Amino acid sequence: MSDSAHDDDHVYLSLAEGHDDGSDARWAFGTGFEDPLHGVDTTVPEGVDPVELAATCVELADDALVSAQRLAEWCTRAPELEEEVALANIGLDLLGQARLLYARAGQVDGTGRGEDAYAYFRDADDFRNVTLAELPIGDFAFSVARLLVLSSWRLAHFERLAAHQDPVLAAIAAKGAKELTYHRQYAAEWAVRLGDGTEESRRRMRTAFDQVTPNLDELFTAYDVRSEVVEVLRQVTEAAGLTLPPVPPAPGAGRDGRHTGHLVPLLAELQSVARAHPEATW
Amino acid sequence: MTTTHSAASDAGGAGQAAEEPLAEHFEVTIARDRRIEPRDWMPEGYRKTLVRQIAQHAHSEIIGMQPEGEWITRAPSLRRKAILFAKVQDEAGHGLYLYSAAETLGADRADLTERLIEGRQKYSSIFNYPTLSFADVGVIGWFVDGAAICNQVPLCRSSYGPYARAMVRICKEESFHQRQGYELLMTMMRGTTAQREMVQDAVDRWWWPSLMMFGPPDDASPNSAQSMAWKIKRHTNDELRQRFVDMTVPQADKLGVTLPDPELRWNEERGHHDFGTPDWAELMRVIKGGGPCNTERITRRRTAHEEGAWVREAATAHAAKQHERATKESTA
Repeated sequence: MSDSAHDDDHVYLSLAEGHDDGSDARWAFGTGFEDPLHGVDTTVPEGVDPVELAATCVELADDALVSAQRLAEWCTRAPELEEEVALANIGLDLLGQARLLYARAGQVDGTGRGEDAYAYFRDADDFRNVTLAELPIGDFAFSVARLLVLSSWRLAHFERLAAHQDPVLAAIAAKGAKELTYHRQYAAEWAVRLGDGTEESRRRMRTAFDQVTPNLDELFTAYDVRSEVVEVLRQVTEAAGLTLPPVPPAPGAGRDGRHTGHLVPLLAELQSVARAHPEATW
Repeated sequence: MTTTHSAASDAGGAGQAAEEPLAEHFEVTIARDRRIEPRDWMPEGYRKTLVRQIAQHAHSEIIGMQPEGEWITRAPSLRRKAILFAKVQDEAGHGLYLYSAAETLGADRADLTERLIEGRQKYSSIFNYPTLSFADVGVIGWFVDGAAICNQVPLCRSSYGPYARAMVRICKEESFHQRQGYELLMTMMRGTTAQREMVQDAVDRWWWPSLMMFGPPDDASPNSAQSMAWKIKRHTNDELRQRFVDMTVPQADKLGVTLPDPELRWNEERGHHDFGTPDWAELMRVIKGGGPCNTERITRRRTAHEEGAWVREAATAHAAKQHERATKESTA
């Protein structure tokens, strides 16, 4: 037994070693890198306005961060373990997109700020996310409807951004588009299951579409991707046996820094520890 | 639940006669350190013990998401947020593999979940303690994942194949989690005074509950002997606890924290650390439901399960309708 006990020890042996030089920072996929844009030429190309580019990155990063925060609220509350894993996956993808976009903004806006400065040390008025992203998680049907809308919208926009003059933003968009395709697929499948499933799930799915529709026009004001998104929603609602309610006009809000009352408490929670210890390193 | 040691005593006379060569084959397989697979014959007591152990382990992964999961929305940097989110997601994945391993023994995930939320099956008592600061995330990674690895690495050689294989994958991921936890603490110890105090406070609160994760002392652990004989378990509770202490002491030194045990010292003669006795009455109290967070943990799990019922019912109804539509089409 003593031999086998030794065989079992290998996983601990290096635990207390290799933490001093920072060379070993990347243990888990996608979670450890210090500089997400390492190795990419970060010079802003000629003809690209750095202020505008930074603003574009921050808008998209804020959408992703706020969405990821809402998805994290599902953690330990999902209807099934498979959904626990899937929702976390989507949240992690969006968090990853936010980190890359903030990093890019910090490089080009002249402030040299890191990702955490954007996420933790700006107030709600400075956030530029669309208001749909900040609404509370609601029930699973609402979260599915919101995810379907936001992922379809973001995907349509990312497909265009993949040809952006800035190679960094283009690369982030190309990578993100693959992730968003999965998010849209996941949401579409659940929308169909819930629309077709039981009387209760159908009622909830219909209500959820009613709840997200008033926010659609804000999205289309931000990016001109109405026809692509409406086509996706039409296909999915049809497969789910539902109809898409008419889209009322709702000009920009979140992109202008005008938010619902839900963003302040969301950020208060997100920023609580970081702001309680502003001198700390994590 | 208790474990019965008699092999399928309800099988009747003829059944018993037919079982003899099967039982012999089982004993030989165990003796040769080979794996028992789902279709192999096994004594009923072996099956029950495994279902109980694997289910408890699965429940621990799922309940164990809660104490750390509470900090995902508050993690103080985006990097820490991503690490923690991914870790808690891994725990859900571990729960899934383990419930699947239990299902190879004829158990049903939905039934096991009911047993958990009705309090008929247990999970690791460690998750009934609260997480009071972000340092707890690091200390849980270091101690709790460390103790889990101590318990689980030997289970990679468990006699039941699907359990052993699930453990290989789980242990790899948990060793990442342990390193991430330790690295967070290293970073915090290099930070502000307040951060160092948070780390020491978390160490003080989690040390004794972590030692209790190995279960009661050997002379008070009634099921251990049979589990060892069946090679479901490989080391006794006290052996594993000693190993955990011996490994953790130098890590604590390197980190610069004090483990809260005045009796902790190196014993040259034994070649191990001596250490104090955990409060076994507290362990029994927490196991029986009297820990600080037992009610909260089970309530959260029950609420998620109940509030998700309509979603699961919808998925089942949709699948049935799809099947019906496909059948109609193919017969049309």
